[in-house]
Amino acid sequence: MSKPIYFDNHATTPVDPRVLEAMLPYFTENFGNAASRNHAHGWVAEDAVEKGRKQIASLIGANSKEIVFTSGATESNNLAIKGVAEMYAEKGNHIITAATEHKAVLDTCKHLEKKGCRITYLPLKGDGLVDLDMLRDAITDKTILISIMYANNEIGVIQPVKEIGKIAKERGVLFHSDAVQACGKIPVNVIEDGIDLLSITGHKLYGPKGVGALYVRRKNPRVQLTAQMDGGGHERGMRSGTLNVPGIVGLGAACEIAQREMPAESARLRALRDRLRAKLEANLEETYINGTMEHRLPNNLNMSFAYVEGESLLMGINDIAVSSGSACTSATLEPSYVLKALGLGDDLAHTSIRFGLGRFNTEAEVDYVAQKMIDVVNKLRELSPLWEMFKDGVDLSKVQWTAH
Amino acid sequence: MAYSDKVVDHYNNPRNVGSMDKSRTDVGTGMVGAPECGDVMKLQIQVNSATGIIEDAKFKTFGCGSAIASSSLATEWLKGKSVDEALEIKNTDIVNELALPPVKIHCSVLAEDAIKAAINDYKTKQGAPVSAETVSH
Repeated sequence: MSKPIYFDNHATTPVDPRVLEAMLPYFTENFGNAASRNHAHGWVAEDAVEKGRKQIASLIGANSKEIVFTSGATESNNLAIKGVAEMYAEKGNHIITAATEHKAVLDTCKHLEKKGCRITYLPLKGDGLVDLDMLRDAITDKTILISIMYANNEIGVIQPVKEIGKIAKERGVLFHSDAVQACGKIPVNVIEDGIDLLSITGHKLYGPKGVGALYVRRKNPRVQLTAQMDGGGHERGMRSGTLNVPGIVGLGAACEIAQREMPAESARLRALRDRLRAKLEANLEETYINGTMEHRLPNNLNMSFAYVEGESLLMGINDIAVSSGSACTSATLEPSYVLKALGLGDDLAHTSIRFGLGRFNTEAEVDYVAQKMIDVVNKLRELSPLWEMFKDGVDLSKVQWTAH
Repeated sequence: MAYSDKVVDHYNNPRNVGSMDKSRTDVGTGMVGAPECGDVMKLQIQVNSATGIIEDAKFKTFGCGSAIASSSLATEWLKGKSVDEALEIKNTDIVNELALPPVKIHCSVLAEDAIKAAINDYKTKQGAPVSAETVSH
């Protein structure tokens, strides 16, 4: 069986062949430990790590000394939030985050809640954006950290990061942003955006899995973290563990390519995404875009196809890889918590599909996916009693359903 | 998730899709589930009131592939059965026939509920005091 067309680039991306090529020597001939200071094997590895550090720093407007390598964004988020909570415990115990954050942030906050921290989970506006007034009102003299993602993994909505950074600065609160979906896709600059801590991962920007980084600001203010792993004191004592040299080389190369190609790539993906949206909207009625289109990643489209259940839709388009509802929690049969946070009813959340376009998608693929979606949605609507009722003018919200 | 061949077959070639005139006294309609739960089944039977045999069955389902397959299979099984025989159909029969995994058992329960609701609706109509079409009794 040939593999399905890949439109799930928010879940992960393939490694760019140029990235793989850069990595390969560091598995074999350049295998040294970057912490070996007394021989050439170590020096070569260390040079490669420092080059990677520079490439990552350059992508986000940071200094290379501010990059701490991790195993990925889950670890970066854990280190940032737990590290701040422990280091600044004397200053306060209140953290502000948002309802649509990734589980790596939400569950980390829940963990801290059990340990005595107070967490505010900001609700979102219907368009998926944080309400800045609500954020301002939530800050107290005990607030030590605001953790708001740069761009959402389901609906691609880009938060007003610069404004959040300003508010945080005014109130003397640290600002962490999970930027895994944004880095390499849209311009991110930790200075201009006023970000103090930023999480990034390799596999969302055509780099390898299992490697990520945390940007930790060194000036204005100098951010300190309590390490979450004890050991050899690598990474300025913030993250012990022998560095994943090939992974870091790959992450660095991926960042450099992304930075160089971002203007052309984002324009191309935006055009493909808009083409997909236009075809779907021109040929299907009762489709709904989830989240604002105005502040959105160029490669994301999240759409609900009313009266057609998402899983049956996926079954009909089984030669296309996309996700429905919540990608990570679909086993629970619960509709996406992100869509619910936008105030979307469960019925529309059940009918949502996330399209995540990427570097290796083509216009021909977009046309195929659009046509397939149209055919399957039409077929399933013929099968749908809700569609029939809608067409007969029945107001579904007034129907007495039998709960089960 | 991997689907069984039978689920895939019913999904690709659903049997007896459609709607009957629910105002007819020889038609029983069952509608179960709710949109916010992710599945709604409408199942209809048309009964020969002289013989009590289900002569036709139709369905429409909003739900996952297993829900579609469960209701499609139910219509196949209903046709030719008497109303009383139809009440014998159990959700576990559907689970076994379609090889549904544990997380999809609720789909078969919903199909059984739909069968019962349709029969109930038919019986209620038959018991109605004034009906021009029930003279044969």
